Amino acid sequence: MAIALRTLDDGAWISVDDSRRVSVSDVWTLSRGVFCECEPAYVLLEGFFGTGVEGSVVVADTVGQCLECGTRDSIDRLPVGRIVDGEFKAYSPEAVQSTLESDAGRQA
Amino acid sequence: MPSDVEQWKDELYGTDIRAEIERFAEEGWDAIPDDEHDAWFERFKWYGLYHQRAGQESYFMMRIGPPGGVLEPGQFREIVEIADDFSRGPAENPVFGNGWIDVTTRQAIQLHWIRLEDVPEIFDRLESVGLSTVQACGDSWRNIVGCPVAGKDKHEHVDADALATDLHDTFKRNEAHSNLPRKWKVSVTGCDEGCGQGDINDLAFEPAEKEIDGETVTGYNIRVGGGLSRNEPRFARDIDVFATPEQAVDVAGGISALFRDNGDRENRYNARIKFLMDEWGPEKFRETLQEEFVDFELHTAGEDLRESYSYNAGEADGKHDHVGVHGQPDGNYYVGLNVLVGRIGVDEAYDLADAADEYGSGEVRLTQRQNIVFTDVPEENVDNLRSEDVLEHYSPDPHPFQRGSIACTGTEFCSLSIVETKNRQVRYARWLVDNVELPDGVENFHVHLSGCTASCAQPQIADVSLRGMKTRKDGEPVEALDIGLGGGLGEDPQFAAWIAERVPADEVPGAIANLLENFEEARDSETQSFREFVAERDDEELADLIEPEETDYDDPFMHNTKRTWYPYAEEDDLDESPAPARSDGTPIPSDD
Repeated sequence: MAIALRTLDDGAWISVDDSRRVSVSDVWTLSRGVFCECEPAYVLLEGFFGTGVEGSVVVADTVGQCLECGTRDSIDRLPVGRIVDGEFKAYSPEAVQSTLESDAGRQA
Repeated sequence: MPSDVEQWKDELYGTDIRAEIERFAEEGWDAIPDDEHDAWFERFKWYGLYHQRAGQESYFMMRIGPPGGVLEPGQFREIVEIADDFSRGPAENPVFGNGWIDVTTRQAIQLHWIRLEDVPEIFDRLESVGLSTVQACGDSWRNIVGCPVAGKDKHEHVDADALATDLHDTFKRNEAHSNLPRKWKVSVTGCDEGCGQGDINDLAFEPAEKEIDGETVTGYNIRVGGGLSRNEPRFARDIDVFATPEQAVDVAGGISALFRDNGDRENRYNARIKFLMDEWGPEKFRETLQEEFVDFELHTAGEDLRESYSYNAGEADGKHDHVGVHGQPDGNYYVGLNVLVGRIGVDEAYDLADAADEYGSGEVRLTQRQNIVFTDVPEENVDNLRSEDVLEHYSPDPHPFQRGSIACTGTEFCSLSIVETKNRQVRYARWLVDNVELPDGVENFHVHLSGCTASCAQPQIADVSLRGMKTRKDGEPVEALDIGLGGGLGEDPQFAAWIAERVPADEVPGAIANLLENFEEARDSETQSFREFVAERDDEELADLIEPEETDYDDPFMHNTKRTWYPYAEEDDLDESPAPARSDGTPIPSDD
């Protein structure tokens, strides 16, 4: 089943099937090297500028800032949730994340 | 490839949306197909309806945009009555209660907790007094801002109200300009104080004069491409065009059409005209305008009045806002009242409407500093007006910390904001009034708090700029603010530099107190303005003057207010949300 994915309201949300499921302004925990050298890095997401599906994983292109070292940068393909039996299950921002390496299945 | 938004707009946009809103209102919230929510909520913006954030589904913010902020007699009262009847939420705000109006930085009014089912009646009532929500949001001509005391001002050079009204009448509900690549913000300034704030708008008309055929003509110089959002602030650029009042609407139409045809419709983040101006520069912009979008020879720019601009300029001399009692050219007075963070409770709003009727002409005007102005107050009424109880709170003579405070909507309702803003800014202002002595000679001190980089509170043009952030404190993520210094408009506008980042929100009042103490100690003389003081120092020196610290200021909003359905509800967890709700306010179960 096709999933409708898009960013909304100036990048404030990722909408999954017309429901606002992932919000900016959460602090995501990222493993070292993914964003900066902090271990782990606590990164505030300030805006989404793209989203897509890699297999069953929903990923976001986003802009964030590390709360410890202050690095501000974009993040490509941050996993923000999974599609399970056609339903979106959001990942917890508190769980340590890496970005996806594969570049298959991208959409803007 | 055009974005989803462009595809939705291609299918249906502009005035055709009205019938669909009425249909959904008649049938109820559930009538909007689940898989069409995103498309409809994007379209509703064109009619001034913005779906509130997650946890508040089925409730809308409604924006009403009177050109130049001018609410004619009776219009303010009708808005208050509408707020009283329809703008009530399922929980109270601890500072403002339940039922209020918000005056915005673009001279509009916003109402919250509006239900779709009530919208047709609200539209009818607004139209009965000559008001509308058309194009208050969405990709089109937004509310046209300008001198809020146009026609009543001793500083007036050219009548900004006449042009703002002409532009409003021409470009609202105008099919050729209904669907632009992005929002389109226009400002008309007519005075020598610069209170239209043209520099931060997509299109700015600024007072000027020019010798044409041996005669001096008053009119407007044109600037294009200003804006504050997305960490990409720009001041509007001079395109070397002077327009007579008779040409101004045609020039505006040409520039709007140029944007319509050349703006980026594939990438919404690159769509504002400021990015087209980055790419083209003012010369190519002018050439294209001349060759393709106007059918008369454009005049080169005239002599402007920017040297005397004082509004929001942060300099020691000149009028910085419209607060206070000021003479009109006809011998009457206009009285500017301070509205802390722009929010007026319904009961007090009725009192203000009564006072405007009793002592003035009943006209209420809105300013870009979130304040209101009563016009046409005869001299013999001024003292009686000032003695009204409601003016104790909405004062023509407020403390500078209250007078200088601006705040955006924040996480209370907004999807983009990172932090709570309005209640926090009220608490900041009160704490500063009680605890901090302003240095001698400082009568204006502007603190603008914006919840995110969208910059709706115009943070980059304040003495102290505050922008929503997060940090970690005692191992926990907490709401925080970046602190910027040195911004202001005027002849040579300057954006604030972000000097201290990620300051925990409860340490910001202490930081401002210490900054002011350090300013008083280190400044050259009592006549040196804060902006001048900041301009003399580099970022490192300035960072040493900001010493964030905890004080007895207490901040109840340090947690993640965005993770609540409403930050002030007793049970604030998203799972406790009563939304979406039916027209009577009862929650609609998720499996309904």
